[in-house]
Amino acid sequence: MTNLSLKGVTKRFGDFTAIDDVSLDISDGSFVCLLGPSGCGKTTLLRLMAGLEEPSAGRILVAGEDQTDVPSEKRDFGMVFQSLALFPHLSVAQNVAYPLTIRGRPRAEARARAEELLDLVRLDGVADRRIHQLSGGQRQRVAIARGLAINPKVFLLDEPLSALDANLREHMQVELRQLQQRLGVTTVVVTHDQKEALTMADLVIVMEKGRVQQIGAPMEVYRKPANVFVAGFIGTSALIPCRLTDARTVEIGGRVLKLHPQDQVNCAADRAAVLSVRPEDVRLQGDDADAALPARVVFVRDLGESVHYVLDLDGHEITALYHPADRPDVVAGDTVGVAFAPGSCTVLAA
Amino acid sequence: MRGRDTHPTPGWIAGLPALWLGVFFLVPFAIMLGVSVAHRVPGGFFEPGFELTSYARFFSAFFGEILLTSLALSAGAAVICVGLAFPFTVILSRMRRRSQTVVLVVLLSILSLSEVIIGFSLSTLLSRTAGVGNLLVWAGILSESRAFTPSLFALMTGMCYIALPYAVLVLYPPISRLDPELSEAARMMGAGPLRGFTTVTIPLLRGPILGALILVFVFTLGVYLLPQVLGQPQHWTLSVHITDQAVFQSNLPFAAAMAVLLLIVSLALVGLTLLLGGPKGDAT
Repeated sequence: MTNLSLKGVTKRFGDFTAIDDVSLDISDGSFVCLLGPSGCGKTTLLRLMAGLEEPSAGRILVAGEDQTDVPSEKRDFGMVFQSLALFPHLSVAQNVAYPLTIRGRPRAEARARAEELLDLVRLDGVADRRIHQLSGGQRQRVAIARGLAINPKVFLLDEPLSALDANLREHMQVELRQLQQRLGVTTVVVTHDQKEALTMADLVIVMEKGRVQQIGAPMEVYRKPANVFVAGFIGTSALIPCRLTDARTVEIGGRVLKLHPQDQVNCAADRAAVLSVRPEDVRLQGDDADAALPARVVFVRDLGESVHYVLDLDGHEITALYHPADRPDVVAGDTVGVAFAPGSCTVLAA
Repeated sequence: MRGRDTHPTPGWIAGLPALWLGVFFLVPFAIMLGVSVAHRVPGGFFEPGFELTSYARFFSAFFGEILLTSLALSAGAAVICVGLAFPFTVILSRMRRRSQTVVLVVLLSILSLSEVIIGFSLSTLLSRTAGVGNLLVWAGILSESRAFTPSLFALMTGMCYIALPYAVLVLYPPISRLDPELSEAARMMGAGPLRGFTTVTIPLLRGPILGALILVFVFTLGVYLLPQVLGQPQHWTLSVHITDQAVFQSNLPFAAAMAVLLLIVSLALVGLTLLLGGPKGDAT
């Protein structure tokens, strides 16, 4: 089974540490997203996996075999670059067949395989065109087909959809995921778009400043962020400064809030902390309700499909998200009581 | 932008380069063409007229051989020079920005040296008494110092030296703009550094390489001092003989005829190169 493992991988460029002691295991056939803001080291990590950069320390293994010193051309990986890196001097079919031609496969076989792959990515009738005659979406598909030509052990993609417009991007996310499931190829995608990661991945690896912040299934990362960075980066979170007085109680602006037994606590007691909660878990009640925090409605944003209530809670701005059918009858200026859905809160170290 | 109240580029502006070309190229060329068919007055100068005597004189085994020598020397210099300039420029483009500037400035300073200075410097450098022969003796490679000039080697060294900056200048912009991800993509797909270079980098730079070859070829065709300083008489190019006819034999019609023929032959060769080396059709 070709699973990909990184053990204590570090990459330094001079004094700058781009990747700091990263260890992870990617199981066979899974779809992994490396997610993080620009400059967090996710592309460097992908290039280390590809062998395009040499690690300063640590090892990279595929199916238990050390690949650290194996050059890129001998790893049998597939890769889609951010610029796509299609060869302008070759036709579409020649681009897709390039990995096979290089391996000395007969021309007819390479051509047949190229057509099969172009069919797989739903590109018909463009085999003999030049790259510059294709649209952005078509080029994207050619790059994906080329990356899959040799049935790679691992398929690496560096921000593959970033050049596409929003609609096409969402469409390609679904298509890429379906293609990966059909082929069962172990896939690692670098992205800074959290929606993209949540749409496609089995496993999300959140990175920041060269370190892995959290590894988990998309909903796990979304529901149970490991730290303030993850809570703020994935989706929108209300991050409310608070104080964890004992294991199950927090104090927000002088008011005491009892935590639900299923709420997560990722920090030591009696310390400054942050309460993280998703907008869809913020509920409005009457301001006289028990266990509710008083807040003032600052603005109501009605988007048709959803209604956002921007609230001022003890000087902190938080948002409550409602389906139009369930919208409470409040307007800007009203004072309301705020409660959180049971088990939806995470208390994180500040 | 039609209908806007702007000042469109006046049409006559296109006439400026045309005028330039006419004054500085076509008129002199027409004068040369006129002189080439003029009647030579032996011991004197020439009289206006129309005769093809000068052209007829050129079509002999002697001058044919000189023409071939000239073309072969320039073609050889072009291949060697671009062969050196290409890897040089690839390495240059991978250096730090600051170092690149320094190297380019040094390289461009070669352009400020005249053919005379380069020719005589090289002839000293390759001489028996003051040249590299002594260094080779010191290093134990030669038992006794020897002269490397005049020779074909010395001539080629000189021609490549003066043409190298031009070749690098033609190659530098496209090479430094080349997306490094392209050769990385080739590596990811199984091509080692050499295969990637031959199947991706070189085909992508075919245009600039061809351009550099043509530039060096045409540029070195005009070299007339280096063959006399660094080469043996059999390496004297057509340019040397044109100078000889024009300056020393006072046979301007014949010199002009040779110049016209040299121009025609080199234009034909450049055209042929472009035709053969232009973009190929899909060969799938």
